[in-house]
Amino acid sequence: MVMIEGGPFRHDADPNTATAPRGVGHLRGDVAFPTAARAALTDSQLRRNIGKATGTIRAKRADVVAEVADWEQLREAGRACKAATMARLPELLVQLEERVVAAGGTVHWARDAVEANAIVVDLVRATGSDEVVKVKSMATQEIGLNEALAEAGIAALETDLAELIVQLGDDTPSHILVPAIHRNRAEIREIFLREMPGVDPELTDEPRRLAMAARTHLRRRFLSARVGVSGANFAVAETGTLSVVESEGNGRMCLTLPDTLITVMGIEKIVPTWRDLEVFLQLLPRSSTGERMNPYTSMWTGVHPGDGPQDVHLVLLDNGRTATLADEVGRQALACIRCSACLNVCPVYERTGGHAYGSVYPGPIGAILSPQLTGIADNASLPFASSLCGACYDVCPVKINIPEVLVHLRARHVEERRASRTVPNAEELSMAAVGWVMAEPRRYAAAQRAARAGRMLAGGRGRIRSLPPPLSAWTASRDLPAPPTETFRDWWARTHADDDRSDHTSRASSSDSGRHTS
Amino acid sequence: MQIALFVTCLADTIFPDVGMATVRLLERLGHRVVFPTAQTCCGQMHVNTGYQREAIPLVRRYVDGFEPFDVIVAPSGSCIGSIRHQHAMVARNFGDDALAARAERVAERSYELSELLVDVLGVTDVGAHFPHRVTYHPTCHSLRMLRVGDRPLQLLRAVAGIDFVELADADECCGFGGTFALKNADVSTAMLADKMRNVLSTDAEYAAASDASCLMQIGGGLSRLRTGVRTVHLAQVLAGTVDRPWEVASWS
Repeated sequence: MVMIEGGPFRHDADPNTATAPRGVGHLRGDVAFPTAARAALTDSQLRRNIGKATGTIRAKRADVVAEVADWEQLREAGRACKAATMARLPELLVQLEERVVAAGGTVHWARDAVEANAIVVDLVRATGSDEVVKVKSMATQEIGLNEALAEAGIAALETDLAELIVQLGDDTPSHILVPAIHRNRAEIREIFLREMPGVDPELTDEPRRLAMAARTHLRRRFLSARVGVSGANFAVAETGTLSVVESEGNGRMCLTLPDTLITVMGIEKIVPTWRDLEVFLQLLPRSSTGERMNPYTSMWTGVHPGDGPQDVHLVLLDNGRTATLADEVGRQALACIRCSACLNVCPVYERTGGHAYGSVYPGPIGAILSPQLTGIADNASLPFASSLCGACYDVCPVKINIPEVLVHLRARHVEERRASRTVPNAEELSMAAVGWVMAEPRRYAAAQRAARAGRMLAGGRGRIRSLPPPLSAWTASRDLPAPPTETFRDWWARTHADDDRSDHTSRASSSDSGRHTS
Repeated sequence: MQIALFVTCLADTIFPDVGMATVRLLERLGHRVVFPTAQTCCGQMHVNTGYQREAIPLVRRYVDGFEPFDVIVAPSGSCIGSIRHQHAMVARNFGDDALAARAERVAERSYELSELLVDVLGVTDVGAHFPHRVTYHPTCHSLRMLRVGDRPLQLLRAVAGIDFVELADADECCGFGGTFALKNADVSTAMLADKMRNVLSTDAEYAAASDASCLMQIGGGLSRLRTGVRTVHLAQVLAGTVDRPWEVASWS
């Protein structure tokens, strides 16, 4: 690594490592995380819905993971495979292209969301269809494909039950796996009654009845659809095989019934060999839905005459991924297999839900992925949207060290901000001041004595109830103890002064009784 | 055994009882505690807020100050976590490989209190007496960065007179998170509310933990709501005996 002033945190602008462009797609929120979170925290229904759903799925995951004796070895295998893949991504992508083309498919390379959307719009237009059926896909949500299709007069129908709920409710996804996790059954029933043409007015909020209503709504569209659009969970470089892992079977319909199939896939979804799927197809379902195996795993390799779509396309999407790959610490985020286990265990996500993150990638993985795809300046609050509790790292099936990347991105943000401005802001000044004080014990002791003046703020009560900004953020909901009359080091100097000049091995102090702050 | 105490800046300045209790406990067990007065802060707050550059002098200060000692203890899971997992990384990021190598060696000899007691000193019954109902919050960095496991609980269960009660959802974060508590004060408070709900449902008199920072968060909420439940550091629970009880200070 070349050491530069400011450490390894600055990345020179390189046209080949461009970040995801503004004005398209769903990687940026309108407001910073703390502001969006404040509003979300007051939504009692949301808190209840998400708390209940994440609690249930956490318990399911823990049960099925505990069954696997070699889970830790599996995680390590997943991590190692992804790391090795990222190390030779260019050659693997070229190999994938060769194999897909050899099997009768067409491969398109999209630098960003704008290019990917244009490619898909042109492909759909060429078929003459004004409608596509969609498999649940994070990549197409990321680039805002549905909006781009709508602008071109093409209707996109989401066929995953939760995505359908989101689409009918004119809503946005709030979870990677369960996009409508913020909705409960009663709310879903209301959305269906309001938005689903021809729905049974006697519809109840029984899950089976809701699923049947969706099935009836979708079945006719599946049978008439001429174009299907999907993402991909995995692409096998050595065979040119694409794969979608799902629970409902709607994906299988979209992947097999239309004449034309267009798959939009982030370039990091590749695995080198067929055999590698063995690892990920064990890790993914247990981590995501808490199932031993998912109900539907679809795999397709190019075109098979007379069977399935005869016009098969693969759009390889960068949109900030190469820029992410350039960061030696941050590139771990590209190993993500979109299981959402980290969302389900995150104490922040559990309380705010996904919308507060402003990106289609919420939760801990979103907090490290979105800022890298967009450039940190555009998502600067996300790396700070974590208490660094580490629960995410423990459950990640490919061992992405999310807390490590969060800390790294915080440093990148601070160093980039510092480089872009000549006048430091209040936080920079106070951090520098505290650092200066802490670097020298005499200054530190003097600051401790000054802090004792804070006892006055306690007004003789022993606790401080109110402080000026920025510490008012603490005292708005929490007391602080008054600074003690004697610091530890003063106590030590008073009671153990002889020790520092003597060498006897043990000594019982007689003056160290508990202290009362009042 | 000679044990060097890294008291941590928070305990030194705001919670000196934690340091005093650590000293009394280790001295009672027959060890000689040394307090290198050149110590200040591990730099965790700077590193976790993105100010690694400012943390470099603090890393160097810790390494310089504690390099001469074979066994170092801090009554904080997160400060030891920072020393073990961040010091060398920060030094390396700013091109000081020599400091990074030294930091790694010193980190290997730096222990959180329950690790020191159980692993290094080989004791779980420290002869303590604490006749109160106590619950325990294991703290994220002790659990997931240091993997201390049930060491603190082994120590607590051996305390005479204690009425220990398990905490529901104990492994969930209290919401402190350093500057997270200020930058995301609302989320931090929401997390604290659930932690307090679990603490209160135990009917404990004391909520114990091994980190003054988490205790400042939990105690700050318990005090604000006048719950009457006090926070106490593990060192304080272990410091008192029948003959010399440890009096835990209230915030009010």
